[in-house]
Amino acid sequence: MEEFILIFRHEDGSKIASPEQMQIWMKQTMDWLAGIAVKGRYEGKGNGLGFDDSRVVWHNNVVTNGPFGEIKETIGGYVIVKADSADEAAEFAKGCPVLQGEGNSVEVRKLVH
Amino acid sequence: METEGLIPHLFRTEYRKIVSTLCKHFGFEQIEIAEDLASDTFLAAAQVWAMKGMPVNPAAWLYNVAKNKAKNYLQHNHVFEHKIAAAIKNEVSSVDEDEIDLSAENINDSQLQMMFAICHPAISPEAQVGLSLRILCGFGIDEIAEAFLTNKELINKRLFRAKEILREQKIKIELPARAEIDGRLSTVLTTIYLLFNEGYYSAGQNHTIRKELCLEAMRLCNMLVEYEATNKPQVNALLALMCFHASRLDARMNESGELILYEEQDTGLWNGELISKGAYFLSRSASGNRASKYHLEAAIAWWQTQKEDTNEKWEQMLQLHDQLLQIEYSPIAALNRAYALSKVNGKAAAIEAAEQVSLNKHHLYHALLADLYIGIDNAKAMTHLQKAMSLARSAADRAILTRKILLYEQKNTA
Repeated sequence: MEEFILIFRHEDGSKIASPEQMQIWMKQTMDWLAGIAVKGRYEGKGNGLGFDDSRVVWHNNVVTNGPFGEIKETIGGYVIVKADSADEAAEFAKGCPVLQGEGNSVEVRKLVH
Repeated sequence: METEGLIPHLFRTEYRKIVSTLCKHFGFEQIEIAEDLASDTFLAAAQVWAMKGMPVNPAAWLYNVAKNKAKNYLQHNHVFEHKIAAAIKNEVSSVDEDEIDLSAENINDSQLQMMFAICHPAISPEAQVGLSLRILCGFGIDEIAEAFLTNKELINKRLFRAKEILREQKIKIELPARAEIDGRLSTVLTTIYLLFNEGYYSAGQNHTIRKELCLEAMRLCNMLVEYEATNKPQVNALLALMCFHASRLDARMNESGELILYEEQDTGLWNGELISKGAYFLSRSASGNRASKYHLEAAIAWWQTQKEDTNEKWEQMLQLHDQLLQIEYSPIAALNRAYALSKVNGKAAAIEAAEQVSLNKHHLYHALLADLYIGIDNAKAMTHLQKAMSLARSAADRAILTRKILLYEQKNTA
């Protein structure tokens, strides 16, 4: 069994969704993670990554505020799961509510220890 | 507070509190900032709670995050203003570090003050209802568009324009002075009643949203009742009126969203608790020496919670309708009175009264006359029904009229 990190790339939802919608997303994410957890495959190391108050440090130590702008594929969060293969981890990823948004994606990467 | 599982509408409930409080702090000029900060707060919650589980006190968590986000914003803003100010010699540091107060008391005060700011005569009643839904009730633009049967762009435009006017006119987020409260209160009550009616009578098909509009209107009114300076007789009367009507919310619509006529409703589905609540507020409204239109409408609505037809009921109803017309004439109110008149003095008298109402472009006018003419002049009744049908716009009204036409046709051929 290996560990895979599922990285969510999506738009900053606060600009498009109502509070009600966000609460629905939260519930969907909880349900999705619970589905992985009941199989004993959730590593419990997930985190959301805030969109505001972030910095990007560039070559020559130039610091900018956030990686955003027109980019739709910023990283909004990640979770770590246990799976036998990248394909199985990708199966888990398919249920991620982030994917309801057109253009959003979940990247599956193996953790190298 | 419940902490396990999903708390229904938590985000919506907290959204309006946070927006009102932040907006109060920033002033109306920056209402969009307040909305953005609140939205960001919920996004953070959606991300973090989904993975870490709900915090023990979700509301406190939200306030804390909102406060930090606001502080952050103010700091950035301060630097910016400082630089600009230095250049153009404007006064500085209006955006000091004064604490953003998210105590229960201040949240409540902010919401009440916001209610008065939004229900300002400077903006149209439609925009008042829209802004109330957005800021005081935490509805999404989608949901507002659905309630108004229109598209998101139009709602966005309408709300944007309304906020602009509030800014231009420098409307303050504060309670009016005591002497002015009565006058300003009447606009607030009108908006609340419009909000309620939007839910109760609108042609929108989404039953859940419609019901929530009614409940939100009652919640706002309840806030006014709980606040000493606004706990006036007419406010209690409006709340009573809405309780009585709301008691039939579940009985007046079937599963497919069709209206069920009063006579055909299952009284078992009437909400007894709301009826007694209404009676309580009606009794509290009985002070002072002035009967507002809400008092009269509440009294009429109380009689409507008594299903049995008695002479006393209809004589009382007729008197109340008479008084209501004296306070504020409206053609619809005159039609309602004509109906009560038919129950007391018979159909002929009612026809005479109804035909004097100049409302022959409205389906209700013809629907009432059709009912009155049945048994007196069936052909005329049919003509009115068809006229009503051609004027009715909502699907629910048309469904009812179609059924009536079929019924009358059956009767005539039998």
